Amino acid sequence: MAEAAVIRLDNVRKVYSSGEIECEALRGVSLTIDEGEYVAVVGPSGSGKSTLMNILGCLDVATEGRYEIAGEDVSQMDEVDLAEVRGRRIGFVFQQFNLLPAMSAWRNVELPLSYAGVGPAERKRRAVAALESVGLGEKLGNRPGQLSGGQQQRVAIARALVTEPTLLLADEPTGNLDSASAREILDVFDQVHRSGRTVVLITHDWDVARRTDRSIEVRDGMILERPQAPASQADES
Amino acid sequence: MSWGETIRTGLAAIRSHAMRSVLTIVGILIGIAAVILTVGLGLGTQKDVSESISSLGSNLLIVRPGSVTSSEGIRGGFGSSTSLTLDDAAALGSAVAAPDIADVAAEASTSVSLENGDTNWTTTVTGTTTSWPQVRSRTLLQGEFFSDDDAEAGANVIVLGSETAAELFGSAWAAGRSLTIDSVTYEVIGVLAEQGSSDDTNLDDLAVVPMATYSAQISTSTTGASVQTIYIQATAQDTLSAAYQEAETLLLNLHGITDASAADFSISSQDALVSTATAVYRTLTVLLVGIAAIALLVGGIGVMNIMLVSVTERTREIGLRKALGAKPFAIRRQFLVEATTLGLVGGVLGVGLGVTLALALPTVLGSSIVVSWPAVFGALAVAVGIGVVFGVYPATRAAKLAPVDALRAE
Ligand SMILES: Nc1ncnc2c1ncn2[C@@H]1O[C@H](COP(=O)(O)OP(=O)(O)OP(=O)(O)O)[C@@H](O)[C@H]1O
Ligand SMILES: [Mg+2]
Repeated sequence: MAEAAVIRLDNVRKVYSSGEIECEALRGVSLTIDEGEYVAVVGPSGSGKSTLMNILGCLDVATEGRYEIAGEDVSQMDEVDLAEVRGRRIGFVFQQFNLLPAMSAWRNVELPLSYAGVGPAERKRRAVAALESVGLGEKLGNRPGQLSGGQQQRVAIARALVTEPTLLLADEPTGNLDSASAREILDVFDQVHRSGRTVVLITHDWDVARRTDRSIEVRDGMILERPQAPASQADES
Repeated sequence: MSWGETIRTGLAAIRSHAMRSVLTIVGILIGIAAVILTVGLGLGTQKDVSESISSLGSNLLIVRPGSVTSSEGIRGGFGSSTSLTLDDAAALGSAVAAPDIADVAAEASTSVSLENGDTNWTTTVTGTTTSWPQVRSRTLLQGEFFSDDDAEAGANVIVLGSETAAELFGSAWAAGRSLTIDSVTYEVIGVLAEQGSSDDTNLDDLAVVPMATYSAQISTSTTGASVQTIYIQATAQDTLSAAYQEAETLLLNLHGITDASAADFSISSQDALVSTATAVYRTLTVLLVGIAAIALLVGGIGVMNIMLVSVTERTREIGLRKALGAKPFAIRRQFLVEATTLGLVGGVLGVGLGVTLALALPTVLGSSIVVSWPAVFGALAVAVGIGVVFGVYPATRAAKLAPVDALRAE
């Protein structure tokens, strides 16, 4: 059972210090997420969701505490080893897509594979397959500027999935999208979850959080024991 | 990520920032072309000046009658006195008394009209010895110089400068023809190769005859044995001052003068000329190298700015690549490839432009430009170095940031 934990956070603290001002964004977070779970992290603005997500994605390091991914302690790793873990274990989807504008969709998607040392033919094959799985088989050669917001975010999801990571993390993936595109993107995440992958999604929207199996609520840098989901709007109306 | 991959990524990045890449390349190109041209112009001028000095003859001392240090004004004016004789010249040529003197040529000259039928041409006719071509570094274009037999016999033979020959005989072959001076017929036995002009003397408009012929038939002077100039060639560049000493001692003895400051002749050397010219080149070279350095610096600052802006702008890209699994050395290598490529492309184009202009401009400017390969490679190294330092150093710093910090960069 303990073996099945993909994420194990133990009393993690994160302090931002710029000059004399210190800001404690995470104040002792402990959390376990198991293989194949579909989890939403919810909470008001400034509560520390992104901070938590960046630490989970190894994009930032905790000030204190222990963090294990699939049993591997990453809290003491240097940049070189962290890069390795990011490339092998984690797929990250950002709110602002973060695609390289000069590259076509499939070139963007194959990028993590080139850092993982996969050969060109294999890269192209896998990039095309990943784009087809998010419904963009027709747009392989388009640059990001030639795609809609929803399509760009699907390219980003394909890029996150192409390395077959242990963990898919997404920070407000629908934050820059209209509601129709947002629904499409969430459908893609549902599908990724059904295929057996562990998915963690940040959102401030409880309606989104309800689609997942488990919601974790963050307030003032701490995880609430019991999520306090408001009554759904559908129920009220 | 292999080197091949890195190079492909770097080149793709260069293409995707076309405008910025072109600006960087142009900056380097102009700097390098400027260095090549300014250094080349300096070296070319040096070459021109030293060639025109050596056209006088090499390792040469020039003895003239009269004294330039005279304060009394009693002795005759410079060059017009008759204190030097053929005997002086013969004594200077002795290997025993003056071992460092290789050769001596005495000259006496006057202006005379040469006639070929209806054509006549006034020029300087010089009486001299057979050593003259060697001492004055002259070669013959046609025929030959007069022999020892001609010199001894005082034969009526004459050697013409190329312009003189052209004036008298047009484009026809002059050697073997004859001309007259004061109704005396001379056989033209040779024509000298072109030498250009030194100071204000035209070295190609002259005529040369054996000294005996000159004294007997051409000289207007009453003292037949006097000469106007004795050219002394030292055995080598570094025996020039020894040769100077020997010539001075010998002439003072021959003239019975004990006080060197009362000498009735003066010896000048090209050394003075050469050292002045060398000092001038040095100043010129320092000036031009300074200009070149400024050109390179301006180009370098341009490149530096573009590189710094580029890395700052691309910190987000660096953060993203790291988030996708790029290790810091992969990022460093990508920027190294980019900076080196820009530096090399700009550098090679700059060398191309500089060398092309160095070859094309001399015909327009009339002064030579010598391409200095040390300067070319130095400039190339500086250009690539600037690109690498200002491209790779900030990229290395950005590569050390945690991806979030790089992604947050504005
Ligand atoms: N780089 C930073 N330097 C200093 N303080 C920071 C930094 N990043 C975040 N913070 C602070 O940490 C706290 C948590 O920020 P975080 O971005 O994690 O919030 P969030 O829950 O993602 O909010 P939102 O829903 O608005 O995105 C905030 O008070 C924020 O001001
Ligand atoms: Mg956030």
